[in-house]
Amino acid sequence: METHQDTTGSKIGMWLFLLSEIILFGGLFLLYASYRYKYPSDFHLAAWELDRVLGTLNTLILITSSLFVALSIFFLRKGNRKLSALFLFATLFLGSLFLGIKGVEWTAKIEHDLYPNSARLLERSKGEVLFYGLYYSMTGLHGLHVLVGLGVLFVMFILMIKGKINEHRFVPLENSGLYWHLVDIIWIFLFPLFYLIT
Amino acid sequence: MATHGALEKTNPIASFYKFQGKYHGIFAWILSTDHKRIGLLYFFLILFFFSVAVFFGFLMRLKLVAPGFPLMKPQMYNAVFTLHGIIQIFLVVIPAIPAIFGNFFLPIQIGARDMAFPRLNLFSWWLYAAGALLVFLSLFTGGGPVDTGWTFYAPYSLRTTVNVPLAVFGVFVLGMSSVLTGINLVTTTHRLRIPGMTWFRLPLFVWGIYATAWVQILATPVIGITLVLIMVERYFGVGVFDPAKGGDPLLYQHLFWIYSHPAVYIMILPAMGVISEIIPVFARKNIFGYKAIAFSSMAIASVGSLVWGHHMFVSGQSDIASLIFSLLTFLVAVPSAIKVFNWVATLYKGSIDLKAPLLFALSFIFLFSVGGLTGLIQGALAVNIHLHDTYWIVGHFHYIIFGGMGFGFLAALHYWFPKMFGRMYDLKQTVRAWLLLFIGFNVLYFPMLILGWEGMPRRYYDYPPQFHTLHLISTIGSWILIAGLIWIFTNLFQALRKGERAEANPWGGATLEWQISSPPPKENFEKIPNVERGPYEFR
Repeated sequence: METHQDTTGSKIGMWLFLLSEIILFGGLFLLYASYRYKYPSDFHLAAWELDRVLGTLNTLILITSSLFVALSIFFLRKGNRKLSALFLFATLFLGSLFLGIKGVEWTAKIEHDLYPNSARLLERSKGEVLFYGLYYSMTGLHGLHVLVGLGVLFVMFILMIKGKINEHRFVPLENSGLYWHLVDIIWIFLFPLFYLIT
Repeated sequence: MATHGALEKTNPIASFYKFQGKYHGIFAWILSTDHKRIGLLYFFLILFFFSVAVFFGFLMRLKLVAPGFPLMKPQMYNAVFTLHGIIQIFLVVIPAIPAIFGNFFLPIQIGARDMAFPRLNLFSWWLYAAGALLVFLSLFTGGGPVDTGWTFYAPYSLRTTVNVPLAVFGVFVLGMSSVLTGINLVTTTHRLRIPGMTWFRLPLFVWGIYATAWVQILATPVIGITLVLIMVERYFGVGVFDPAKGGDPLLYQHLFWIYSHPAVYIMILPAMGVISEIIPVFARKNIFGYKAIAFSSMAIASVGSLVWGHHMFVSGQSDIASLIFSLLTFLVAVPSAIKVFNWVATLYKGSIDLKAPLLFALSFIFLFSVGGLTGLIQGALAVNIHLHDTYWIVGHFHYIIFGGMGFGFLAALHYWFPKMFGRMYDLKQTVRAWLLLFIGFNVLYFPMLILGWEGMPRRYYDYPPQFHTLHLISTIGSWILIAGLIWIFTNLFQALRKGERAEANPWGGATLEWQISSPPPKENFEKIPNVERGPYEFR
């Protein structure tokens, strides 16, 4: 049997997958749009309570990690495996940092009894209940994607150390990088919707 | 015709059944990345689930044989129609043609040796099996079988005590399988066509599957997130669909139908592709309007994604939205009608060979037309108020799904059976069995149209005496239909056991799968074939 490598094919497949991921989040963005339209002032009030400093910090962290994964691919293609691995490691670190900060934010809210179905939240107006419902659903699903992305990048890191991906075989890393950019881009939409537009 | 050249080659090459890979026994199947084996893996599971769902359908019809017939309690009836729907839609009809015949024949028809991502293909099958297992487990765990109907409408699905989360998670996993299969099929069509296989030399089955695969990729994630939200809603109470917390159940319906209407096209487009293969072969004539059929597949896939609101005419959505959705619903009928006219025009002055596959194809055209035209009737806003949620709707969508996709599936099975299994079935028996099925089908579903018109609501476990006659006829129809199905499948099973060995090209088809031996060898093509003409140019 002959083996067959089609890098263009792999990339087409990855892009199609990313398309389906965007539509998965699209359902949530649709809900957000509808409820924001229905309860503009409640959304305004609730958004004030999110920590803009931590949100901004996390945005910077994720964008930088996206840059790092791009650099990692760049150096891998150049044949510099050491720098590539270094940047990949930095990406992993920043991704974990993002999750950590997200965890701090969630914990603070939960300690203030602001979580779905909590007595304190249910006392509030309907728009605020929905704002927090969407906040937890959307950042939660996004966080899950960050986690999956980290897992994939970690596998890439191991493969790189073992030399199984290298300057001749870099499409797996490229595709993982694409996935990481998607995670980044979704956050770039979530950030203003929840933290900035008040 | 390519018959003689291929026949000489039949014997020396071992079929893919005989190929010994790394694994033995059942593992040679469930760990195989051969697209043909994976297609057959789907085939066996789908066949099993189909018979389960038919059994549930049989129970439902039996319950309705007479008013007050004491077969089951209302709760049980709700569970039975829900399971019938979930299994038929998500486990059988959506994957059937793309996953079985798409897997088996799309690569061969474009000259490829496998799918673009063979391991992903196997993974999709495992996801399918896992999703099916989860749905199956949901019957016996938690609060018992789901009673929401296959639509899982909120807010009821958020409150009912039955095991909704596991069932919707199962359907979510099935959806992932469907997306990955779609990605595989689109990439395969783009990347693995052999030289000479230009877009307009693709067999129309490939066009049908290609259009379907796009819908699978683009629409399925929407139901994915919707089902995830049902789970989130039940476990955490975020409130997005719960009116008590300000959520809007209508948004649930929108999200659900944004997928589930296009899902109807996931079901029917591949079947239309099958019909476009069979008609020219059995009319011995090039297809009429090749490009019109190919483009109408894409048109159905795109316009069909924008008509979901016609499931919600009486839900309280805005009148403007209803008007637009109704208009688009009428528009989507145009490309479907184009196909029907093209098929009929292909038959005109052809040299028609009325064998079993063609009979299934012709009955597809008839039943699908009944389904399509009844769909237009209920797509009109004023009429819809009268017909909404009645047996008319049940009759209509069974004409589309069973009459269309089901007969299309059987057409495909009888057309490609000799190629897939290397055996020929008894053609005469098939014709008789087909006739029984066709009669049973109409006796079962046509009375439903009248019942609905007279006001019988769907999903009711009982009815007043004035509906008795029609319900009785319908139930008798279900017995005839099941007898027909049993006959058809016993006939095929007999063929497997002692049918004659099939030739490479028993029907005289011109597409690539008929130029290799039956069943195909492991790598499909010994050497990459030359494509110098269209798929229906018979010589």
